[in-house]
Amino acid sequence: MKLIFEKSYQGRGNHIFPSLDVEVGIPESAMRNRKNHLPEISENEIVRHYTELAKRAHGVNTGFYPLGSCTMKHNPKVSERVASNPKFVNIHPLQPIETTEGCREVLKRTEEYLCEITGMDAMTFQPAAGAHGEFTGMLLIKAYHKKKENYDKTEIIVPDSAHGTNPASAVMAGFEIVNIKSDKNGMVDLKELEEKISEKTAGIMLTNPNTVGLFDNNILKITQMVHDAGGLCYYDGANLNAVMGIVRPGDVGFDVTHLNIHKTFSTPHGGGGPGSGPCGCKEFLRQFLPGIRETKNGYEMETETIGNVTGYYGNFLVVVKALAYLLSIGSDGVSLSAKNAVLNANYMMHKLKDIYDVAYDRTCMHEFVLTLEKLKEDTGVSALDISKALLDYGIHPPTMYFPLIVHEALMIEPTETESKEVLNEAILAFRKIYEDALKNPDKALKAPISTPVGRLDEVQAARKPVLRYEFES
Amino acid sequence: MGTFIPNTREEQKSMLEEIGYSSLDDLFKDIPTECMFKGELNIPKGKAELEVVREIDKMADRNKMYKKIFRGAGAYYHYVPSIVDTVSNKEEFVTSYTPYQAEISQGILQSIFEYQTMICELTGMEATNASVYDGCSAAAEACTMCIERKRRKIYISETVDPRIIETIRTYNFGSDAEILMVPKVDGETDSKSLKDMLDDQSACLVIQQPNYFGILEEVDALSDVVHEAGAKLIMSCNPISLGLLKTPGEYGADIAVGEGQPLGLGLAYGGPYLGFMATTKKMFRKLPGRIAGETVDKNGERGFVLTLQAREQHIRREKASSNICSNQALCALKVAVYLSAVGPKGIKEVAVQCTSKAHYLQKGLEKAGLKLEYDKPFFNEFVTDSCDSSKLLKALDEKDILGGLPLGDNRILWCATEMATKEDMDELINATKEVS
Amino acid sequence: MNYPKELFYTKSHEWLKYEENDAAVVGITDYAQDSLGDLVFINLPEVGDAVSMGESFADVESVKAVSDVISPVTGSVCEVNEELMDEPEKINESPYEAWFIKVENVKDHEELLTADEYEKFLKEK
Repeated sequence: MKLIFEKSYQGRGNHIFPSLDVEVGIPESAMRNRKNHLPEISENEIVRHYTELAKRAHGVNTGFYPLGSCTMKHNPKVSERVASNPKFVNIHPLQPIETTEGCREVLKRTEEYLCEITGMDAMTFQPAAGAHGEFTGMLLIKAYHKKKENYDKTEIIVPDSAHGTNPASAVMAGFEIVNIKSDKNGMVDLKELEEKISEKTAGIMLTNPNTVGLFDNNILKITQMVHDAGGLCYYDGANLNAVMGIVRPGDVGFDVTHLNIHKTFSTPHGGGGPGSGPCGCKEFLRQFLPGIRETKNGYEMETETIGNVTGYYGNFLVVVKALAYLLSIGSDGVSLSAKNAVLNANYMMHKLKDIYDVAYDRTCMHEFVLTLEKLKEDTGVSALDISKALLDYGIHPPTMYFPLIVHEALMIEPTETESKEVLNEAILAFRKIYEDALKNPDKALKAPISTPVGRLDEVQAARKPVLRYEFES
Repeated sequence: MGTFIPNTREEQKSMLEEIGYSSLDDLFKDIPTECMFKGELNIPKGKAELEVVREIDKMADRNKMYKKIFRGAGAYYHYVPSIVDTVSNKEEFVTSYTPYQAEISQGILQSIFEYQTMICELTGMEATNASVYDGCSAAAEACTMCIERKRRKIYISETVDPRIIETIRTYNFGSDAEILMVPKVDGETDSKSLKDMLDDQSACLVIQQPNYFGILEEVDALSDVVHEAGAKLIMSCNPISLGLLKTPGEYGADIAVGEGQPLGLGLAYGGPYLGFMATTKKMFRKLPGRIAGETVDKNGERGFVLTLQAREQHIRREKASSNICSNQALCALKVAVYLSAVGPKGIKEVAVQCTSKAHYLQKGLEKAGLKLEYDKPFFNEFVTDSCDSSKLLKALDEKDILGGLPLGDNRILWCATEMATKEDMDELINATKEVS
Repeated sequence: MNYPKELFYTKSHEWLKYEENDAAVVGITDYAQDSLGDLVFINLPEVGDAVSMGESFADVESVKAVSDVISPVTGSVCEVNEELMDEPEKINESPYEAWFIKVENVKDHEELLTADEYEKFLKEK
């Protein structure tokens, strides 16, 4: 389809701004000479353009979206409604604090509830995404060791199954990374951990359940070992949806955590953002939290704050949506959601594992990992090909090639907001695709055939990057 | 209780039986009991939708919403054309994720590609990413782009928004990069001091145009000084101003960043906003975050993908220069719709109106006794320095006017946009006369 | 796969050719380019940079992976093949013409294999 610039016609446009009611008073200096090629296009054409684009996108509201590690739940509409209240949307972040009681109440209540769920004592909403929350958490650990003058504590331990953001976040905060291998069950290898822990250990970053969808039941031991070495324990909340209300990170030895509001607390992903990645911590780290907050001395920065990771209070409207979700599901709904997420994952796994190889064949948490290594060896059909074939069934493929420790991995996370019928349909699709791949591997290599475009040439895109539309004049 | 779980208790039970579990709790039997949370969460019981709406609307009612806003300082009150929300509320855009599967994500990818093109046009730069969290983090990420092994000094002008300065400091809290503040003279960056401060370890200079005090910096001079020292120039810009003012590209900036909020995003108590980042052909591979690129499918049809991914954390892990793995896609969509709706003429018109109204307001306030602190060309913000700020702002508040941002006992940073009518400004000016 | 006799090879799949005056040219082998797949970008050091035997001096990017390239020698970079920045596909097309860097004042080198030894090493892998 055409780009919006290719639909532009000189002289078209919309009447949005009234004529100026004061004298023109523009500064003489510093005027723009460069031509500005924004599109000239009428409102009707704009709406149709984006309607056409919307048809070429797949959201949770379009169909099943079992993208592992991303928790693509249904996004409750009540959340959208309350967050579009003009009395939130039009509040200036620098208004006098006595005029923002409502916003502060939202932040305070959500902080309280999320602390209760995670077993933490304080939380900041400044981080705008999960990775941003990780970075903030790493800075808290940095600040803690700086204050204690632990200058030798320079290393963060990260398992090889971790999300790539973990090591990247720790490095941004000035740490060095010590990678540890997982054992054959996908868990932290305790022996390896023992070898790698030293006086240099500043902390560990863990996701639990881990990225292969299993709960690491040595967790108390692991956090104890790190604490004994003077390090702190960081909980990556990416997979909290499996255990919210069932296990609290703060109760099993974690000192800092981030949550992915857009995963666990059902706020929409918006095509990649805005999300929200609040960072929570135990009492002894509170004084390092970033941003202006409700402190014991009033609405201000904490005494030894690390500063600011965004300008104001983070993605505030996303927090409003999370609050609506929490109020809807309530104390009883938190663990029930987790349990159903785990049920749906086990249901799907159970109904696929006779033909697909499951990477770890035991009760999984909210997601499970298939390995298609054997299929690839036998037929040449890869995890990528199976994924592309799913597109023709109107299903968003699972996460591919992650975690890195599983070859030809497909990671499936159905979430609790899918019905049994949807799961059954998806199971049938997965099975049919597998059978087809065995019978006719060439066909699988050609999928998808029903999408607006076929497989795209990523090599050309990266070798000769075209990152913008070029205008003729 | 609304848990958004479609399966009934009976269905859950039958599913459990089918796969060999006796209860939901049975699914968690591998978790050691000493790890389990016992008791009930101290959170209210679940509520019906109508109750939730009532409860949160009630919180919103406790905010004071101003319709006459003369405060900016980083977040700006602008008109959002109706079409922006119409388009951005489409479910396919709202409920999708990062376009990992390009074949069913062309809508998202093309909208990002179009956004990228528009940001390049606005800034006069050659390449951009799909957006980052906000204007402050964009500036901090830009500094990281400039750090080289032998160049580890970041210079920031004192005329930059204090929140941006703080964010750059925080991003470098654990790094060995050094941060140096360049002093200001008469509200402008002091290029003479800058020249003395720069050396062969200088990585970059961060300036803001128009600066925090609304003043138009003499960027050409600063650009020369910085580039002579072999360092990079980072310009943080108000995107509305770029409809009228010389672009970072024309000034020879190496990186242009800024807060995208004025382009169709509400004030929203500070977020979600959007940070834009644009750079040169020479530096585009250092951009953090997602980038959409054009390519072809197997039939030669044009299509779009996320590209240059080998820069990113999921591949480079601890060697990645940034950990960012998302963009503010829905905000970027709003920006693109805004810029399409207003077009090249509209964006210039908004800029002209902002600066014209600010000049009208300034003259009026001057007549009311508020002296302009710096007699310099300004865009749509300016500082006055001769009144009792808290007394004046309180008087304005009683008339439901949000006055400028107090910068101290006597100083106020004012802002006017296209939203300010002559009538509103006259009311503000008259009220000021009464106080002073 | 092709392994010219006049070159030396490393177990980390670089090739090396000695030139006059203690200089050496380094690239990656046919085996390396084949297992990395279509290369899309290369990060090279700058002229004057020091390289150390056994340490990474460059990296090569394919669409979804990045790999370090290890220096077989210790010395200082006196030339880099900037052509590869614009045309990384040359590494896939002709790995032995697509040299990465030229190193001068070569002081030390890793265990180097002849073409025959390298082929044998690959077979045993």
